[in-house]
Amino acid sequence: MTPQEQERIEQLLKQSLPPTGTQSAADLQRDLWPAMLRRLAQRSTSVPWFDWALLATLFVGLALFPKAIPILLYHL
Amino acid sequence: MMPVADPSSDVLQRFSRGDVEAFEVLFRRHQGEVYRWILRIVRNPACAEDLTVETFWRIHRAHARFDPARGFEAWARRIATNAALDHLRSAKPESELPDDLPQPERADPGVSLELRRKTAHAFKRLPPKLRIAATLALIEEQPYKEIAEALGISTQAVKIRVFRALRLLRKNLKQQGIEP
Repeated sequence: MTPQEQERIEQLLKQSLPPTGTQSAADLQRDLWPAMLRRLAQRSTSVPWFDWALLATLFVGLALFPKAIPILLYHL
Repeated sequence: MMPVADPSSDVLQRFSRGDVEAFEVLFRRHQGEVYRWILRIVRNPACAEDLTVETFWRIHRAHARFDPARGFEAWARRIATNAALDHLRSAKPESELPDDLPQPERADPGVSLELRRKTAHAFKRLPPKLRIAATLALIEEQPYKEIAEALGISTQAVKIRVFRALRLLRKNLKQQGIEP
């Protein structure tokens, strides 16, 4: 690719996709902290996959060995 | 005279220990800057807002790995760049294109709307890694050193990515019958 070609493509690119600084939404229009708080709350209440795996293992174990249910209830 | 503690350094120390109030201070201080950086990459305000929240979520999660002795801005920018890169990888190129392209400040009358549209299409089909480097360097005219830090590569590697992006763009345009 010649330097002239490179220059031409660069110019074409700038004409096709002008810098975002020239757009009206270049600056943040609102405070995102409320959205951040929602995100933090959402993540803190969600159950990790490992806990679901443990629960599934427990149910499978109880299904295979139903006699273990009273023992489990006694220990709860 | 008593030495005066730097309040911003104190905030960084508290953030690295997982203090949510310190995180809020940093969020409010840097959200605008992080948003602008992401907007430069994804070029969509709504998407940039979502990715700003995603970036700060990642920052919050990684607080224990943050070194207060190093700057927060560069660290945040690197995480923001990774979040934007993940987005570009998962998004379909066609879905990112607006219906009407924004008019450049100094529009060249020799460049038709159709040509601009085809160029934008071809550019958005480039691999995300090349596209980010070319967007930041050529369109947004950010310093190469800053781009290199944000991408976690050398300045030379940024220049190579930009060159490869231009070469690939030229090839794509030629395939569409456009001789740049």
